[in-house]
Amino acid sequence: MTSLNRRTILRGMINGAKVGVALPFLNMFLDGNGEALAATGQRIPVRFGTWIWGCGFIPERFIPATEGADYVMPPDLEPLAPYRKQMALFTGYDVKLDGVANKPHQTGNFGLRTGIPVPGETPKTGTFDVAIGNVIGQDTRFRSIELSASGIQRSYSYRGAASPNPSETSPIALYQRLFGEGFRDPNEGTFSPDPRTMVRQSVLSAVKDDRERLMKTLGAADRERMDEYFTSVRQLEQQLELQLQPPARVENFTKPSAPGKTVVDADIENVMVNHKIMAGLLAQALACNQTRVFNMLFSDTASNLRRSSSSDTHHTLTHEEPVNPKLGYQEQVAWFAAKSMLACRDFVDALASIKEGNGTLLDNTLMFAHSDCSIAKSHAVEGIPMMIIGGAGGRVRTGYHKAGRADATSRVVLSVQQAMGVQVENWGTGAMNTSRTVTELVA
Amino acid sequence: MTRKHPSFLRKTCIGLGLALAGTLAWTQQDGARVAGPAQAAESGPATAPGNVRRLTESQYRATIADIFAPDVPIAGRFERGLRVDGLLAVGTTYGGMSAFSIEQYDISARSIAAEVTSEKRRAQFMPCQPKDEAAFDKACATRFVETYGQRLFRRPLTSAERDRYVTVAATAQQKLGKFHDGLEFALAGMLVSPHFLMRIERTEPDPARPGQQRLDAWSKATRLSYFLSDTAPDAELLRAAASGEIHTEAGLARQVDRLVSSPKLEKAVRSFFSDMLLFDGFNDLFKDPSIYPAYTVAVANDAQEQTLRTIVSHLVADRGDYRGLFTTRKTWMNRSLGIIYRQPVPTRNGWEQTEYAPSSQRSGILTDISLLALHSHPGRSSPTLRGKSLREVFLCEKVPDPPANVNFSVVQDAVNRPGSTARMRLAEHNDNPACAGCHKITDPMGFTLESFDGIGTFRSKENGVTLDLTGSLMGASFTGATGLGKALHDHPGLPVCLADKMLRTASGRKANPAEEPYLEKLAEQFAANGYRVPDLMRAIATGPAFFTISNPALVPAGTKTAITRKKGDNS
Repeated sequence: MTSLNRRTILRGMINGAKVGVALPFLNMFLDGNGEALAATGQRIPVRFGTWIWGCGFIPERFIPATEGADYVMPPDLEPLAPYRKQMALFTGYDVKLDGVANKPHQTGNFGLRTGIPVPGETPKTGTFDVAIGNVIGQDTRFRSIELSASGIQRSYSYRGAASPNPSETSPIALYQRLFGEGFRDPNEGTFSPDPRTMVRQSVLSAVKDDRERLMKTLGAADRERMDEYFTSVRQLEQQLELQLQPPARVENFTKPSAPGKTVVDADIENVMVNHKIMAGLLAQALACNQTRVFNMLFSDTASNLRRSSSSDTHHTLTHEEPVNPKLGYQEQVAWFAAKSMLACRDFVDALASIKEGNGTLLDNTLMFAHSDCSIAKSHAVEGIPMMIIGGAGGRVRTGYHKAGRADATSRVVLSVQQAMGVQVENWGTGAMNTSRTVTELVA
Repeated sequence: MTRKHPSFLRKTCIGLGLALAGTLAWTQQDGARVAGPAQAAESGPATAPGNVRRLTESQYRATIADIFAPDVPIAGRFERGLRVDGLLAVGTTYGGMSAFSIEQYDISARSIAAEVTSEKRRAQFMPCQPKDEAAFDKACATRFVETYGQRLFRRPLTSAERDRYVTVAATAQQKLGKFHDGLEFALAGMLVSPHFLMRIERTEPDPARPGQQRLDAWSKATRLSYFLSDTAPDAELLRAAASGEIHTEAGLARQVDRLVSSPKLEKAVRSFFSDMLLFDGFNDLFKDPSIYPAYTVAVANDAQEQTLRTIVSHLVADRGDYRGLFTTRKTWMNRSLGIIYRQPVPTRNGWEQTEYAPSSQRSGILTDISLLALHSHPGRSSPTLRGKSLREVFLCEKVPDPPANVNFSVVQDAVNRPGSTARMRLAEHNDNPACAGCHKITDPMGFTLESFDGIGTFRSKENGVTLDLTGSLMGASFTGATGLGKALHDHPGLPVCLADKMLRTASGRKANPAEEPYLEKLAEQFAANGYRVPDLMRAIATGPAFFTISNPALVPAGTKTAITRKKGDNS
């Protein structure tokens, strides 16, 4: 297999095989400026989100033998087969440690998400999803929505080094936040602004009033923290502004009903259920412009998933389960890895089930799925699997497998940021630094 | 300097710390720690800022309960605290504020303000009544804003702040019609202000040291109050701040004595231990219900309550020796815990003080199900996690992470294989030099707790094999939990670690190697006072370090790597 580049793709031939690069958007639903339009004539926004699963994969069951469009779907990716045209699969990209100690399940994950490998449990800077949110997520009710399906109160979306965006862990709490108080149904027809909302606006401007004076009294680090406080207040103000305007109608939207009570814990069957409910609620929220950015933690990077009645977790199994000599890999670990891809399909299904314009919400979303390592048993940060799923409003090309050949993961992440409109020329530090994008991906 | 006992602190990073200490010299002359040249040069004395610490959840709740009433509803949720250097208390100085948090603080603010200004509670909370509910009474609104503003901001409002919130009240009344609606929104505003949510310390020129700054009286009162009571300053503290009395040695001592002997000290001790013992980890601790059907969320809550009750009654009510927490059989029990402990509990509802039976093999809080369950896997115990947590939580040692790329192929699974015990399984690690180093630090302590399963129920056998409970710590060999309790009790690092964590809780700062001499002195004092925690807290609050102004940004980052809790790292 020779190297794959934009030119070969565009020529459409690799080793004699026809390569069809999926064009996720059809001109018929673009306006004159190339923007997607809904039937209401409004522009359809692009959405972005990350989806993390912990403890990597079983390479022989996940990495296709060939690159390009016509790869044979490996067994653990089979659940995603219906979406192969809307998926770009990246294997063989590394987080470059540059001598940084590999903190198991953290270094690879934060290295990938910030471009800076760290030896500990907190990143040195904000994560790339926040940079994208700052571009595409400014004028919605929520800057972003973070979710964790396995009960773990953790998030890998960071505004800054010490500032995670906390995850919702319960479907009911998520529903309350998205569709409870403060939610305005875009299709309810009647609209009358609540005077209390206007009063709340004046409250927030009073709170912000002495910002300048306060900032002057603080040291640099505290100024930064205070700045975060005021940015967060700004989101709240924005929520109030939105409540005072009649919301734009949203096609095919009906306010979802509240989910029933579920068990929130790390038993994988419960996690699958909660994950699916949360994905559905999130997709609805994306559809009606409550947010444009999300981060779903399906399982923690040191995956706490477990099967009922087992004294092991996915994570402990990665270290302790012997390799099955017949299969050549760890059988139970493989079961969890495959299950994670089933969950990934549930998530994509939720996005694809929502009609938007002439396509679906998935066509207007760039979902970036990744893990924290490749082979969990050895905490390897070389070859961390990454997938881009969705049409991203026509901003990226999908439908192929691309091998990184030990390039830095930052190449893919830089490309994604640029595709989402982030003004960034090069990204990452040290060996992770790159100004080269992945040409196949760039539309 | 001569050390009376070896320092057990910052073992892993001391080299780096010492290297940096030279650039950030904190002088020890006349007993006062002042900022060294690095700080003075960078920020200048006139602007040397105090700390900005965010209220913890428990502080927020206590503050609202004290200023208003315990039954005033707090409707919002709380973001999980940031753990820095092993403590949420230190994280309050470094963490940011997410949009989620502001959203939730806003929800809480509105629920509190609506209740406080509601008709049914006006008699309780209103300092004045308007002449007419339909007209704006500026004098009454001003009084309301000043009264609650001072309590919430822990200092008098500036005239600009006062006017700002009175204006909010006027605007709200104009739009909504009722005077109390106006007050509701003025109060809601103060409750989302950074001056309430964060303890923003202020400085002023120090008359005793021309050219230098000191914390102003209100900031001092606030530091004292949250450290010793875990809540906002009460009326007496605010009075001592207003009069300037708190700046005098005698005035400060009076306040410290008062707070140390106040019933609220218990709250501070509780919060401190809940933080130090990593109890926030219960938020995402799960046990397999088919393996441990007895473990429920209610049991988990009771288990934490049991340990905190034991701590508070031993340390505060009985003024006991801290080290005794690891050997005492005294504990608290309720009926649902009694089932797991297999101990009869006569009290039908609620708690009773009792003792673990001598035959129970339990020894102090080490063998409470809270600690045993927290440091176990979902479906089994873990000598490694338990040993690691004991080292990190109680001895302030950092146990390194497992090395990447370990060959585990020799470790067979079959945890429940007949005839297998954790000791046998972990023996494989100890044959592997890459693993042995750390497992030798953790496992010999953890093995002695193997008579308790993954939720802390007593067992004498695992998979049919009688357990071998021998272990060791610092060369001393012993058997079982009672042996471990005794060994920890006698470990010289145990009280030093507590003093260290208490000091960092008080200051909110990361560990700084330049603090070591002061810390050693503090530990000696702790020993001289019979290891009594209230005395330790008093010593810190009246000590030279407590009101130090420092900018945490100037403390070299990476002086000590953050110890954050991690489940499932080791087997």
